[in-house]
Amino acid sequence: MRKKRKQSRLLEVWHQLKKNKVAVVALFVLVLLFLVAIFAPYLAPHPYEKQNSKLANAGPSREHPLGNDRLGRDILSRLIYGTRQSLQMGIVSVAIAAAIGILLGSVAGYYGGWVDNLSMRLLDIYQAVPMFLLSVSLAAILGPSLRNAIIALGIGTVPGYARIMRASVLTVREKEYVEAARAINASDIRIIFKYIIPNSIGPLIVQITMGVGSCILAGSALSFIGLGVQPPVPEWGAMISDARRVMREHPTHALYPGLCVMISVLACNLLGDGLRDALDPRLKN
Amino acid sequence: MDEKLLEIRNLAVEYHTDEAVVYAVNNVNLTVKKGETIGLVGETGAGKTTIARSILRILPPPTARIVSGEILFNSTDLLKLSEKEMQKVRGNKIAMIFQDPMTALNPIETVGFQIAEAIQRHNKITHFEAEKRACDMLEMVGIPMERYSEYPHQFSGGMKQRVVIAMALSCNPELLLADEPTTALDVTIQAQVLDMMESLKKRLGTSVVLITHDLGVVADTCDSVAVVYAGEIVERGTVEHIFDFAAHPYTLGLFGSLPQLDSKERRLKPIKGMMPDPTNLPPGCRFYERCPEAIKECAEAPPPDVEVAPGHTVKCIRVKGDAA
Amino acid sequence: MTPLLEVRNLKKYFKTRYGLLHAVDDVSFTLDRGKTLGVVGESGCGKTTLGRTVLHLTEPTDGQIFFEGRDIMYPKKRELRKLRENMQIIFQDPYSSLNPRMTVSEAIMEPLILRGGMSNDEMLAETRKLMDTVGLASRFENSYPHELDGGRRQRIGIARALALKPKFIVCDEPVSALDVSIQAQIINLMLDLQEEFGLTYMFVTHDLSVVKYISDEIMVMYLGQVVEKAPSDELFANTLHPYSKALLSAIPIPNIHKKRKRILLRGEITSPVNPKPGCRFMARCDYAREECNEPQVLEESSPGHFVACCRYKEIMTS
Repeated sequence: MRKKRKQSRLLEVWHQLKKNKVAVVALFVLVLLFLVAIFAPYLAPHPYEKQNSKLANAGPSREHPLGNDRLGRDILSRLIYGTRQSLQMGIVSVAIAAAIGILLGSVAGYYGGWVDNLSMRLLDIYQAVPMFLLSVSLAAILGPSLRNAIIALGIGTVPGYARIMRASVLTVREKEYVEAARAINASDIRIIFKYIIPNSIGPLIVQITMGVGSCILAGSALSFIGLGVQPPVPEWGAMISDARRVMREHPTHALYPGLCVMISVLACNLLGDGLRDALDPRLKN
Repeated sequence: MDEKLLEIRNLAVEYHTDEAVVYAVNNVNLTVKKGETIGLVGETGAGKTTIARSILRILPPPTARIVSGEILFNSTDLLKLSEKEMQKVRGNKIAMIFQDPMTALNPIETVGFQIAEAIQRHNKITHFEAEKRACDMLEMVGIPMERYSEYPHQFSGGMKQRVVIAMALSCNPELLLADEPTTALDVTIQAQVLDMMESLKKRLGTSVVLITHDLGVVADTCDSVAVVYAGEIVERGTVEHIFDFAAHPYTLGLFGSLPQLDSKERRLKPIKGMMPDPTNLPPGCRFYERCPEAIKECAEAPPPDVEVAPGHTVKCIRVKGDAA
Repeated sequence: MTPLLEVRNLKKYFKTRYGLLHAVDDVSFTLDRGKTLGVVGESGCGKTTLGRTVLHLTEPTDGQIFFEGRDIMYPKKRELRKLRENMQIIFQDPYSSLNPRMTVSEAIMEPLILRGGMSNDEMLAETRKLMDTVGLASRFENSYPHELDGGRRQRIGIARALALKPKFIVCDEPVSALDVSIQAQIINLMLDLQEEFGLTYMFVTHDLSVVKYISDEIMVMYLGQVVEKAPSDELFANTLHPYSKALLSAIPIPNIHKKRKRILLRGEITSPVNPKPGCRFMARCDYAREECNEPQVLEESSPGHFVACCRYKEIMTS
């Protein structure tokens, strides 16, 4: 019975979201990208690493609808496989960042005082270094690989989440139900996890959705400069980087992965926008 | 003296949301005479504020709809005016003050400037003259004019409400709509503000529609009363009639549930149950479910307005039965 | 018999940018089992802080608190846990005092879960019993607070406070946010519960007419201090302190035949930051004189009736 209630809450949000056609399209695109990532081996017409020097830089053909890259690999297959890395980079790194950010933000916001001061000043220092520069240096130190790129991106974007969470917690902390919880002997940990976080996470959900987009973008950038996914594993950013050398003769080599990045980032942002409206109770009526 | 200033006829307002239609105001008839203070009494969600907002046509635009009715102000139907003409009425002929004085003032302008601006919006006078009149207004509501150039945050709640009242009265409106003007204030401050409003009313001859849930405030300040329940006016009459010869079971219930200072009883007599859901109103009397006097016929058709004494009407079929 | 609660010279000061704010300043009272103490005053008089300080929701600055004869001024963590099972609070705003993410039954069950020692089924049964006690239909058990009206929400708050079977409950303006017809329902419910469970209330409110109904004794506070304290009937029959008089006269009564003279106070309540030692009401008082600059002490004018005004005798006769 109780599960049913929680479901109906989700249903309510979906109900609101449904009204925003753009957001629904964005959600559809993202679901599609997920499916593509999961079923890549079945969808891709060719193995992504199979080279064919005869077909190097070949144009579109019936066999290879988007043509072949400079090593004669099928671009469509590489794009399809690339979805996996890009989505991973977007989602896992945001999950890391949000988890740390939520914890840090709610502890700082709930306890206030010196705990708050200390963590916020640390974040100030952290944010004095540009986020991308930080990720680049981290990735460089850890060594280039998909996993390290994800860690670098995750750690690099913590401050944004922590700050939004803290601001949100500061208002929730003053609510009487938090005091009521203390009056019935709830421990700080319980208060933070059952009272504070569920009630202050709203603004963060939008940030998280949009964060996925920006991490896909940043991940592509890392791969573009060679600090992310390593060849021959395909990734959109790396593909663009790869296509640089033949940019003038075969601009489509860079265009296709570029479009993929653009579409997925746009979808995340639009969905985030839609969610913001759907989650805002003031807009309900 | 008995000239009608405002007459509301068969007003109905609905709020349309995705899920349902809220029937906020249903067939309300109300007359405000010149110089009169009329109290709109009722509980949260009864539709008091919606009535006041319809008069000024400041209902929230996408959802609210005035379905039918006429609002005659000096014999012109406000609902037929163009938006531009309406702007000349708002703040000038009819002014409104809200419950929360904190949100009614712009925090980054001085209070004097805000009053002067309100005056200039409706009068063709120089800024210097407007300033002078703003000073007069401040003095009139009991704020020394030295505070002209202070900002809202430097004022306490009661003082802010005075500023808001000064602003509302600055263009000499003929009608003032006051939506719970003292609810957010402490009792001693409320007493000060009510006292001030009373003397201002006497001086300026403004008619006032006072929206409140506090029957005590009504007894102190109003000439006549309209009791609002579930979007309808269930009883209206002069303050003497309502307080001494209340006839509608809801009005009687309201008086019964009030804790009274001079009563010796240890128990209150609450009205059982709650107001009906405004999206799903019963077909008959809206008070049927909670009414101690209810009979079968009450649930069948909406009760008519019964005039029990001149100017005192009650929406209840039982009353008619008693009189007959 | 020892009183249930005894508070002696309780002080709670807050540090602010402008100086020391004397929120509760030297307040003493005793409260017997099954009785109700009404604490009345306007916003900023320290009545809410007083309630929270007694419950250790904010730590007191100085003074003594005894609960059932035991000193609970500086309780250890475990003592405090035990204490909170005996002392509970009902909040003013039924909208913000309930976690919006918890269903009705979850909210009421929460204190039982936190105390522990009950199986899930036992807790659920107890929750249903509590809902029944406060008059909440069982069909609401899976509703969320935002789906309910103010009166029902306040019933949830009351059920939550009752869950651990406390002896003492601080009621912090429990009916101020409710409509009159609902307000009467809740007040009657609280009176019923007091009778049924032998509860002791500290009823904090700004509404003198409500407090009269429920209190045995009333304490009027002004800027952190008690200005007058008397049995309920005595206070209304024989109001002594100029502030209590003004407060009483300011209440609009719903009766058109009793036109009373309102005592209009000058000015507004100031803030108790770094107050002067004299009477804090002096600046607004019509009776103020030279001697009001001296600290005022509570004097017993008649048995059980205390007033902190050096001129009360003259006022009484005038």
